[in-house]
Amino acid sequence: MIDRDELLHVARLARLALDEDELQTTAAELSSILDHVATIDELDLEGIEPTAHIGDVEDSLRADQVARSLPREVALAPAPAIRDDGFLVPSPQGE
Amino acid sequence: MADDIQALSAAAAAAAIADGGLARAELFEHYRARAAADELNAFTWVAEDEPTVINGPLGGVPLAVKDLFCTEGIPSQAGSKILERYCPPYTATAVANLAAAGAPLLGKTNQDEFAMGSSNENSAYGPVLNPWDRSRVPGGSSGGSAAAVAAGLAPWALGTDTGGSIRQPASLCGIVGLKPTYGAVSRYGMIAFASSLDSAGPLTRDVTDAALFYRNLVGRDSADATSVAFPGPIDLPTSERLDGITLAVPTALVDGEGIEAGVRESFEASLETARELGATIVGCEIPSAPYALSAYYVIAPAEASSNLARFDGVRYGLRTEASTLDAMYTQTRHDGFGAEVKRRILIGTYALSSGYYDAYYGRAQRVRTVVSRELAEIFTKADFIATPTSPTVAFRLGERTADPLAMYLSDLFTIPMSLAGTPAISIPSGLSEGLPVGLQICGPAFSENRILDAAHALERAIGFDGAAARSGGV
Amino acid sequence: MAKAELEPVIGLEIHVQLRTATKMFCGCALGFGEPPNTRTCPVCLGLPGALPVANAEAIHYGLLIGLALNSTLAPVSTFHRKNYFYPDLPKGYQISQFDLPLCSGGKLGEVNIHRVHLEEDAAKLNHVGVGGRIDQANSSIVDFNRGGTPLAEIVTEPELSSAEQAGQWLRLLRTTLRTLGVSDVNMEEGSLRCDANISLRPAGSDQLGVKTELKNMNSFRFIERGIRAEVERQRALIEAGEEVVQETLHFDPRSEAITSLRSKEEAHDYRYFPEPDLPPVVISESMLSRAAAELPELPAAREQRYIEQQSLSAESARMLAWRAELGDYFDAVCEADRSLDAQAAANWVAELQGRLGDQEAEDSKVSASALAQLAALVASSKINQGGARQVLDQLVNEGGEPAAIVADQGLEAVGGAEQLAPIVAAALEANPELTERLRSGEMKPIGVIVGEVMKQTRGRADGEQVTALIREQLGLS
Repeated sequence: MIDRDELLHVARLARLALDEDELQTTAAELSSILDHVATIDELDLEGIEPTAHIGDVEDSLRADQVARSLPREVALAPAPAIRDDGFLVPSPQGE
Repeated sequence: MADDIQALSAAAAAAAIADGGLARAELFEHYRARAAADELNAFTWVAEDEPTVINGPLGGVPLAVKDLFCTEGIPSQAGSKILERYCPPYTATAVANLAAAGAPLLGKTNQDEFAMGSSNENSAYGPVLNPWDRSRVPGGSSGGSAAAVAAGLAPWALGTDTGGSIRQPASLCGIVGLKPTYGAVSRYGMIAFASSLDSAGPLTRDVTDAALFYRNLVGRDSADATSVAFPGPIDLPTSERLDGITLAVPTALVDGEGIEAGVRESFEASLETARELGATIVGCEIPSAPYALSAYYVIAPAEASSNLARFDGVRYGLRTEASTLDAMYTQTRHDGFGAEVKRRILIGTYALSSGYYDAYYGRAQRVRTVVSRELAEIFTKADFIATPTSPTVAFRLGERTADPLAMYLSDLFTIPMSLAGTPAISIPSGLSEGLPVGLQICGPAFSENRILDAAHALERAIGFDGAAARSGGV
Repeated sequence: MAKAELEPVIGLEIHVQLRTATKMFCGCALGFGEPPNTRTCPVCLGLPGALPVANAEAIHYGLLIGLALNSTLAPVSTFHRKNYFYPDLPKGYQISQFDLPLCSGGKLGEVNIHRVHLEEDAAKLNHVGVGGRIDQANSSIVDFNRGGTPLAEIVTEPELSSAEQAGQWLRLLRTTLRTLGVSDVNMEEGSLRCDANISLRPAGSDQLGVKTELKNMNSFRFIERGIRAEVERQRALIEAGEEVVQETLHFDPRSEAITSLRSKEEAHDYRYFPEPDLPPVVISESMLSRAAAELPELPAAREQRYIEQQSLSAESARMLAWRAELGDYFDAVCEADRSLDAQAAANWVAELQGRLGDQEAEDSKVSASALAQLAALVASSKINQGGARQVLDQLVNEGGEPAAIVADQGLEAVGGAEQLAPIVAAALEANPELTERLRSGEMKPIGVIVGEVMKQTRGRADGEQVTALIREQLGLS
């Protein structure tokens, strides 16, 4: 159902590194889950609208009113690496 | 005195405090000491001192909170290594509402990582043990909350239910668990698993506690665009009878394979009790139920794959240092997430990816429409649907970890209501081989008052006694 | 293939930062150069558990844009998640719109609009590291102040055919957006950003060629130069028999070099799905009527009004309407003196703008009332055109009152038969030979006589009036 290349592609999209043994077991597990999930093909869903949201929410919008922002030291406190009052990351261009 | 306190339900304890028979600090210290001595691994964090308590209808009765609720300055790790020691700068609305109503935070409870699991074995902080039998799981994903209440380590607890994560552990631990109507309780500050399914609700010793808890939990929250105002107040249940009530039983589902004999027996005994209380029992069909499970295992992982993308090692949580951005991302997420979370991220990413969206996500959303319609159709003829909550009693630790699919099947009875966003409660219906069995009662959206009333009547008649579990745990 | 046979096909994607008080999905005030990471909250930092709530005013601004562009407004509009990893994207997805955008279709000027949708802006990445050059940077610092700023993305149909047309149309769009008051539309500050999709095809073909996307050009000049450079690059490739590769490109305005940008997600699989945290937005009657009521007069309507009600030439009408500030200035000139001929006033506004370059008329030293006074002095023949231009030069440089400048510098027109007739007579007398030739019907030397009179009056006479007097005094018909 899902082969190694597909799994690697999906793992790449999800930014998940997989070890060799994870690759083996995951491909098998995913295939069995996807096989089970594929049983929904048995249902005739012609003309049925998809449900993306449950319930009717009226007026889900927010008035354009300023709320207090976090103090910078609070925003930065949980960061693994900071520099110059910002979040430090390896550069996306530096690869 | 400790035994007396231990015997009180949360509502009774609140009443005792209100009339001066019990000191609030004494109650807090009683549970704080028990939670701190927890041998079930139910807690991931326990308060050292009683926090400032606001006088309110919850009377100062301390509260255990599932780890995935953000609590300002207190570890909120969602059972994941990727959030180890993470302390958020804000508190979830649900926790804030309960604190404002007079329930101080006692501790944070263990859970399956990001609420993905039915056994609590998927926690980065170790499995939780079932107080009825420590070789067995408490259920999941709110396993720590359920075990803490069942073992009397906490008077009540806040949990979340995405596909059964309140109801199933409540069932396996012999307590009451209510999954609300989707949107009735704010999700703000709840670390998301599957946003269109996640609901926060109470795990309590009895139905009255659940109602008292729930009436202070609901409400429209301007910080959660999907939240809605509950139409009218939540009442404390008083019913002792079920006269005029029709219970629909999805016959094919309940007679299916995989349901343990002891569970079926207990369920049938509950139906007999309901009849004695005046209820009419009818059969019904939810033909889409088996497909609901499949749809759930597409929708929930799909949403989760996106919800968990924010754990990237940039702003908080674990980071595995690497010289390139991509290596940092992929290694951080490899090291920070457990096997089940990775599995679901991969399934969800696959289901949303180009070329597969329609076949998986699109179809699953249509199944969701069908499930909702089928339930609505039943509710035109019956007040409630009744099923066992779980097809089995608590299983042994490690028994199902090797087969994710078998684990998923334990959510068969709870998932249709999750997809439809309708409320459901699990109450203990008896014991099978010394382990609790749960009865699920579900109704249409916003029927919580009627569900609580019916559950109250049944609870009285069934007369389940959970005291045996409450003597252990420490 | 001959060079003349290839025509450019250009479509524009414009990102406009909306000028709301708060961000798209949280209550943080919009950031404008504050210290880094001081305008953030759990929502725009993507903290665990935080949820977005859409800003009603941003939806309102989106509706205003849709009305201004004659778009079809969706009765129900939904948000989607666009999933990809990048450090400037805190949630791992951008909340955007996909199959139900707020506005579909529409037209501005001659260009059809494909759609307008709302989304959230990314945070700002500052590259640091060895050398300070982007391609040598090895780490970056993220500042989330900008993250979550509301954006409207306006996408045109691929209908533009030249860099100049693209630049001109973009100016019209900017004026329209500025008139709406929905954005600062400042390209240098990034509140208006433009990408261009460019392809070439044989003239007359209805097939589109392979397109490239030119990213994030931050001034009108760069946009025109960038498009021109890319058109030429593609033309050269095709003419050399090579193929254009579909890719995203960066134009460096200094070197005029076009370089390929590595894509954000090589697979470009954004896994769009409906944002479960945001219910569909139902556009109510009251939202629509509020937007309609707030819709100001837009450039296209203003252009029509100038032509129909003030009888301006098409050229003047467009110049004033498409540059709202200039139009406002023109309106102020007309208001200052209602007896002025509108076209004459428009001509003087154009004359002024020509001297100002990039500066706006209203920011110059020439007040609208001064320009009106100048136009009136000309209209009443108090000064002639040449004198008026001198006055204008001085107004631009030093400001002041036209009448006072005229008096100071003695620029009053020498006009009227009683003043001019003796000067003309003297000029004829001083040039008997030319006078004879004029009498005999040879009109060529008349310019010399006129010149003589102008010299005597130091340019203050009206040329036409001088010519008339010469004819009169010589008895020519």
